[in-house]
Amino acid sequence: MTPTRLSVAFIPLTDAAPLIAAEEMGFAREEDLTLDLVRAPSWSSLRDLLAFGHVEAAHLLSPVPVAMALGIGGVASEISALMVLSLNGTVVGVSSALADRLRGTGHSFAFNDAAAAGDALVAASGEQLRIGVPFPFSMHAELLYYWLTASGLQAPQRLTIRTVPPPLMADALSAGEIDAFCVGEPWGSKAVEGGMGALLLPGRAIWSSAPEKVLAVRSEWAEQNGDLTGRLMRAVWKAGRWLGAGGAQTTAAEMLSRSEYLDLAPDIIDRALTGRLVINARGETRDCSGFIEYHAGAASFPWRSQAAWIATQMAGRLGLERAAAMDAARAVFRTDLYRHHLADVGAILPGASEKIEGGIADGLAVAAENGRLILSENTFFNGQVFDPRSEK
Amino acid sequence: MADKLSIIVVEPDRDRALMIVDSLQEAGDNDIHVISEVSSIGRRISELSPDVVIVDLTSPTRDMIEELTLATSPLDRPVAMFVDRSDDSLTKAAIEAGMSAYVVDDLRPERLRPIVSAAITRFNMFRRMRDELAETKRALEERKIIDRAKGILMKARGIDEDEAYALLRKTAMDGGKKIPEVAAALVTAADLLS
Repeated sequence: MTPTRLSVAFIPLTDAAPLIAAEEMGFAREEDLTLDLVRAPSWSSLRDLLAFGHVEAAHLLSPVPVAMALGIGGVASEISALMVLSLNGTVVGVSSALADRLRGTGHSFAFNDAAAAGDALVAASGEQLRIGVPFPFSMHAELLYYWLTASGLQAPQRLTIRTVPPPLMADALSAGEIDAFCVGEPWGSKAVEGGMGALLLPGRAIWSSAPEKVLAVRSEWAEQNGDLTGRLMRAVWKAGRWLGAGGAQTTAAEMLSRSEYLDLAPDIIDRALTGRLVINARGETRDCSGFIEYHAGAASFPWRSQAAWIATQMAGRLGLERAAAMDAARAVFRTDLYRHHLADVGAILPGASEKIEGGIADGLAVAAENGRLILSENTFFNGQVFDPRSEK
Repeated sequence: MADKLSIIVVEPDRDRALMIVDSLQEAGDNDIHVISEVSSIGRRISELSPDVVIVDLTSPTRDMIEELTLATSPLDRPVAMFVDRSDDSLTKAAIEAGMSAYVVDDLRPERLRPIVSAAITRFNMFRRMRDELAETKRALEERKIIDRAKGILMKARGIDEDEAYALLRKTAMDGGKKIPEVAAALVTAADLLS
């Protein structure tokens, strides 16, 4: 019997790895699937390919399905986030000129202290700090607004966050259109290689457990194709487990580097996977454990509290009613489908579908339907805690 | 006749931009601007405040336009992708042609349709040209590889060109493969051994 073909759109990023590994390492085949991986030229194209049924599934920025559910943005369509593909995995970088100014003020580029980096950045930036992100609805934008507003930079008076596609980030920096950027790897490392800037922080220094990408399908498709949805989820979940198990990094970097995927040298991709990043053109390195997480601590579980956090941030900025926005967002993160389809493969199923975000410095053991669940570090840089039940 | 529509075409390639403008002019008397400088695209679009923006679906600059769909001030004109409201056949045709359009929310579909249809026709032509070019390139590449493989066989086995080709064809047929595949394998093997 020939396997069922599913087309799955992705953007060339290190965090597309679970989809690529699902196909390349045979996890899709185990579920009698072949994934036709379609590399999309932009996030809006990828979203359209998904929304209008040209692909069955996609690698998607976690805030996009939330924005679509809230009716913000160019296309409104019912999209389900079946599971989280990865936590963290982004970097904040600054132009060479801004890096020099920061160094001049004595900033150490410590890579683990977002409060200090935020203060230094606010002090070193002029009247306006302009930061490029890949898409208006992205964890990049949410983390920057959260971090810099809390550091005392008011948006939009002193902070402008602008959409610049990663391939054009270098041009925008050299044209003086932006002072800093926040992108997913390997684009940050590529910027360092090109000598156009220095890395200031990993995204996880702002929120150490930020849901970065999700596996998304049309809600209607998931309803009509329950069996296929389950097979796709299991294949991707197993790929995430393989990536997270350790020892897979070299193979994964080689696989992602191929021309049909990221089309970049494997040693640049390896940096994010091993958590050892080169931060400037002088070759200084910083270690960051948990730089990107595909599996540990039920990383792939689509917590409704994550969707609710994204919704409150967007609602606050765009003047939407918070409680309604949170409810609409919760429904998009499909804990029900995760529980239904992943119980048999041994995925740990948490007892609750929401959790308090932030406030966990080390691991925290929590109730689970099966097995033992230890939640990984989950802190906001300023020590804030987001309790979705008390936010109304 | 209603007021002219203001249309922006985002296209860095000058020739392509001119062709799109020509098609749009045939579709009606409108004000058409071309933006070719991508880094300032968001600002330019805001300044011109167009009714319609037409952009290549494969261009990464699309994500910059997406930002404009966020109407953050009451004076902003909300922008939506036309596909969101128009009929499905037009939507599908546009995506297949590799084109997307953004329109202000209050634009009536009957005014939009001729413009979008004209642009789709033009984008379809571009796509055909690109496919044909890719096909020609591929054929050329294959021809080169087959020629090299024939050369290797002629030298190694002391046969003439026709015999070398016949041998390639027979090997391909016996193995259920295509001639270019067999030729490529032979060339790779010969490179490894040389």
